[in-house]
Amino acid sequence: MSELTGLLPGLEVIRKDFPILERRLSGDLPLVYLDSANTSQKPQVVIDTMVDHLERHNANVARAMHQLGAESSAAFEEARDKVARFLNAPSRDEVIFAKNASEALNLVANTMAWAGPLEVKAGDRVVITEMEHHSNIVPWQLLTERKGAELRWFGLTDDGHLDLSNIDELITENTKVVALTWVSNMLGTVNPIAEIARRAHEVGAVVVVDASQAAPQLPVDVQAVDADFLAFTGHKVTGPTGIGVLWGRTELLDQLPPFLGGGEMITTVTMEKSTYAGIPHKFEAGTPPIVEAVGLGAAVDYLTEIGLENIHRHEQAVTGYLLDGLATIGGVSVLGPTDPAQRGGAVSFEIAGIHPHDVAQTLDAGGIAVRAGHHCAKPAHKRFGVQSSTRASSYLYTTPAEIDALIEGINYTKKYFKVT
Amino acid sequence: MDLDSLYQEIILDHYRSPHHAGLREPYEAEVHHVNPTCGDEITLRVHLDGDPDNLIVTDVSYDAEGCSISQAAASVMTDLVIGQPVDKAFAAHEAFLELMQGRGQVEPDEEVLEDGIAFAGVAKFPARIKCALLSWMAFKDATAQVATKEEA
Repeated sequence: MSELTGLLPGLEVIRKDFPILERRLSGDLPLVYLDSANTSQKPQVVIDTMVDHLERHNANVARAMHQLGAESSAAFEEARDKVARFLNAPSRDEVIFAKNASEALNLVANTMAWAGPLEVKAGDRVVITEMEHHSNIVPWQLLTERKGAELRWFGLTDDGHLDLSNIDELITENTKVVALTWVSNMLGTVNPIAEIARRAHEVGAVVVVDASQAAPQLPVDVQAVDADFLAFTGHKVTGPTGIGVLWGRTELLDQLPPFLGGGEMITTVTMEKSTYAGIPHKFEAGTPPIVEAVGLGAAVDYLTEIGLENIHRHEQAVTGYLLDGLATIGGVSVLGPTDPAQRGGAVSFEIAGIHPHDVAQTLDAGGIAVRAGHHCAKPAHKRFGVQSSTRASSYLYTTPAEIDALIEGINYTKKYFKVT
Repeated sequence: MDLDSLYQEIILDHYRSPHHAGLREPYEAEVHHVNPTCGDEITLRVHLDGDPDNLIVTDVSYDAEGCSISQAAASVMTDLVIGQPVDKAFAAHEAFLELMQGRGQVEPDEEVLEDGIAFAGVAKFPARIKCALLSWMAFKDATAQVATKEEA
């Protein structure tokens, strides 16, 4: 299927960057990895960079007065520079390292509870959407419950887009925060962030973007989308687990109180009172995930080298091919937009008469890794009247032949469960 | 992985035509259990009869949503416990739990577990053990609630 347009040139070479893709599974089956929206695989350069750091440069950062300490600090701060470039952030100090996207989002929701210019108070409103991952729902529920504020959300249209018909009713003078995902992890929908940000800013609300699924596959330019805060996680962008990023505008980060207290986030400490470091260190208490940050720096450089535009085009080509393949199978219904131009590379679907767990189990027996369940998006599933779904998600290393294997696997699954 | 060792024909039969499904009256306790990782759910009612020292499981009714393993397990469980004294039903639960936690090393007793022996293969699939146990946990919970009420 090399005639499929939009595929990354040199796909076979790119695949060689990812050692795990050589894995043989039980029964000597080749791995068909279609769970990249869950976590991406890691290229050799990320693995080598992390090993090299641990073998040659390991030391704590910022507080070690020796050569290794200087090298480790330089590598850690260089990772911050790389992430800043990856996001087109106006300042490197706006890049805060967290342990994952959940922690990054919780940082914002948590610190907005405290007294200050950005405090969410009783009677204020926070607006989210029905397609959020639980990590962009629960922190806002906690905040609004604690403060007596109101939580509202954008509903979804039948074809899996945000229902913006009542935007004027939702985003009002009382609205302090609009938090939404850029790309849905379940429906694949790509949301019009810039348009919603414009409306939110008209009423002075802060826009928080969950870019966990966007950062791996779209060029992310925080200035172009006009976000105020943006979070993503390292392990979905070919980096390691244990590292996430919160980007925020300097003037807003300066207005927020500290999140966690501890080492490195202070200017000075007395027994009575402490004063705090400036950003980014104000929000990075304790020894940070150093080698993870270094690995993330290598990962975003790797993606930038290949080009996010190229990766996006590849994802659209593979996703289009997948959607076409699913359309040939009776009883399969796709959740979310069916036009690959309007969506990301995660495709959730149902097969009439077979539970997603059983689908995933049967595919796994053939070496095909997909995800089954609610994908931490229970409200979005409920909206479409389903309890759970099967999700196949591609990435820059996915080939059309792997999609063929999936389609064949689904046909086999239907036969196995005697579903026509 | 050998799919047929997981999806025994008995399991698929129970999945396609579950026994004792649906919610019925009367009942003394109703519980709702969820498997948070996959979202499988069961609402289960128990109806116990008899004198307090020898309660009989007269009916177990349920409304469940989930995979073939969880649906079939609920069906097999009702076959095993309905009509039995509570202590015998709990003994069947213990035997089933031992089978599930046995990593495929436990030889099931057909006298005790009947169709439940078909789940022996599930024990080799760690991710699916919780599917098989969901309905049993709900039954144990509901029955214990009634027993506590009776004592009070």
